[in-house]
Amino acid sequence: MTGVVGAIVEAWDELRLHKLRVLLALVGVAVAVAAITAVTAAVQMLTQGYAETLERDSGRQVTLGVDAWPQSEQAAAPTELDAAYARALERYDITWASRDWYTQVPFRFPDGTRRVDVRAVDPDLAVMQRISVEDGRWFADADADAFAPVLVVNPAFLAALGLDDLAGHPTVLLGDDHPVRAAIVGVTPQRWQGETPQAMVLYEQLVRWYVPAGTTGPGQPAPTLKVWVPPEVAGDLSDRLERDVAAVLPGWQVSVWDNRGSGYSALDGAARWVALGVGGIALLLGGLGLVNIALVTVRHRIREIGIRRSFGATSGRIFFGVLMESVVATLVAGLVGIVLAVAVIKNVPVDVLFGGGIQDRPPFPVSAALVGLACATGVGALAGLIPATVAVRVKVIDAIRY
Amino acid sequence: MSLLELTEVTRSVRLPDDRLLEILRGVTLTVGAGEHVAVVGRSGTGKSTLLNILGLLDAPTAGEYRLEGVPIGRLSGRERTRRRGRDFGFVFQQFNLLPGRTALENVAAPLMYAPGRQFWRRRAIAAQMLDRVGLGDRLDTMPEKLSGGEQQRVAIARALVRGPRVILADEPTGALDVETGQEVMALLDEIASITGAALVTITHDLAVAARAQRHYRLAEGVLVPVDLHGAAHEWVGDVPTLPGTRRLPGAAVPEIGPSAPAQVQP
Repeated sequence: MTGVVGAIVEAWDELRLHKLRVLLALVGVAVAVAAITAVTAAVQMLTQGYAETLERDSGRQVTLGVDAWPQSEQAAAPTELDAAYARALERYDITWASRDWYTQVPFRFPDGTRRVDVRAVDPDLAVMQRISVEDGRWFADADADAFAPVLVVNPAFLAALGLDDLAGHPTVLLGDDHPVRAAIVGVTPQRWQGETPQAMVLYEQLVRWYVPAGTTGPGQPAPTLKVWVPPEVAGDLSDRLERDVAAVLPGWQVSVWDNRGSGYSALDGAARWVALGVGGIALLLGGLGLVNIALVTVRHRIREIGIRRSFGATSGRIFFGVLMESVVATLVAGLVGIVLAVAVIKNVPVDVLFGGGIQDRPPFPVSAALVGLACATGVGALAGLIPATVAVRVKVIDAIRY
Repeated sequence: MSLLELTEVTRSVRLPDDRLLEILRGVTLTVGAGEHVAVVGRSGTGKSTLLNILGLLDAPTAGEYRLEGVPIGRLSGRERTRRRGRDFGFVFQQFNLLPGRTALENVAAPLMYAPGRQFWRRRAIAAQMLDRVGLGDRLDTMPEKLSGGEQQRVAIARALVRGPRVILADEPTGALDVETGQEVMALLDEIASITGAALVTITHDLAVAARAQRHYRLAEGVLVPVDLHGAAHEWVGDVPTLPGTRRLPGAAVPEIGPSAPAQVQP
């Protein structure tokens, strides 16, 4: 016990005494560890950003979508569809679900009535597809029972009304022959330049106040039911949902899709390997510098090694001591590198650099930090082997007289 | 039973031209616990080799060395190292303090290899030892800021810090002026006698050697007892030779050939 502690204390003393030498030798190691850790963290953010972008379009992993089309006039009434969806959700105890219906609805703007792209949804969709609201709020469950429809719109919609924000609690007339006044309660961020006006409304409210002409009947799309389920049940549930919904809707074609394997894991893997490769080479170069300086240092310390042998230091202890100097040094350098990486990742808006805000910013990759630290320590041990062997070969009597 | 016992010890090395050089020849020596023994001799006569063998830094080519009755040939390398650290304290001519370490760190250094309590309390023990050699107020001073005498005091404190049974001093006053050398030797004697450690001193200095209870002369690798307290001294260079030189019982008769230095009066 005291042997190991003693060797570590000795190693630390050596490093303390030769701060400048150690500092110079370890800059490379620290930078390499910082690079490995920071790039891994950056890759995780890039991956997360990419994943979130995909999730905004197709939903979180795993989202199943149930599409249904009436095949003939004799098909079951569309109202049956909602009942079929509700039964399926209850039967399989699905927590996150939303109808999602893309349609067009007329709105009365200052320059006249215009048909605008509208998504009729349920409140859960905000979580399922990472829909954020930069001003105002998203739909609440209670909104479905409100006397007037509420809208969440994009900035282009607001601009078409001649407004910049929701300060004046704006409203807009929805519909053509019998319009209803809808309140705008939220604004989503602009996703790209030149967006056209778009609005989202609760599905139940839309069908209560306005049914777009020509959207029912054979071949016309009905709302998609999206459900967010655990990956392990997705396959089985997909089959069951298709079978169950089709069974209660005679004359309807029902198909279920999912968004599994959207491709970002490949990006994640490739980028990680590039990061590790670059970091590994940097670490190797740092290690070579360390070997060089450690060898020179050991030659300067031959007399000291002889004196220590006269104190009763075994050759094993001398070997371990010199090896530990290298290991302790690289360990410290690794820690410095990680601190450096944390400072960079926390202070540089990496997520913004990668094109857009990240909703769920990934935590600092502790695993990457540990891998970097382990690599640095390993390089330290390898770099320490050569000088440690040289130190052990020193003849005690010659060393004392050196 | 003697603490150290050399019997007919020879140490030879092979030279680059393949000749065998005998550094020590048939050396027989016993040192008891608490004894003070001095060995005088010219440079190159094998004094340091003798000290290295006694301190387990080197091993005899022939003959036997018993440490507390145990032949050291029977000890493993690890055990020899362990006993060297535990039983011997070295004082070198050039002090050999560790550079860049304070006096306290230098004295604590041997305790890095000590077991248990001594290891964990090394700084306190080292501070006590420095206090005993009169350097209690210089604990954090670097060796280069200390005088030669003070540096040798630090070296003495370091040699004694593990409570060795034998102190091996190789020209302990060689780098000091006469007065400082006497002070250092007085200190070494005093601490050795208090701790009960045997003291083997190798020196050129007759005054230093005279402090010992028993005296030996090493010439051409042959160790012979001398009495520095008694007979008048004859000199070869700076080393005394005595008309009444007495061989140790059982010691081999040294073969000193025609190349032996002529004895001349100073």
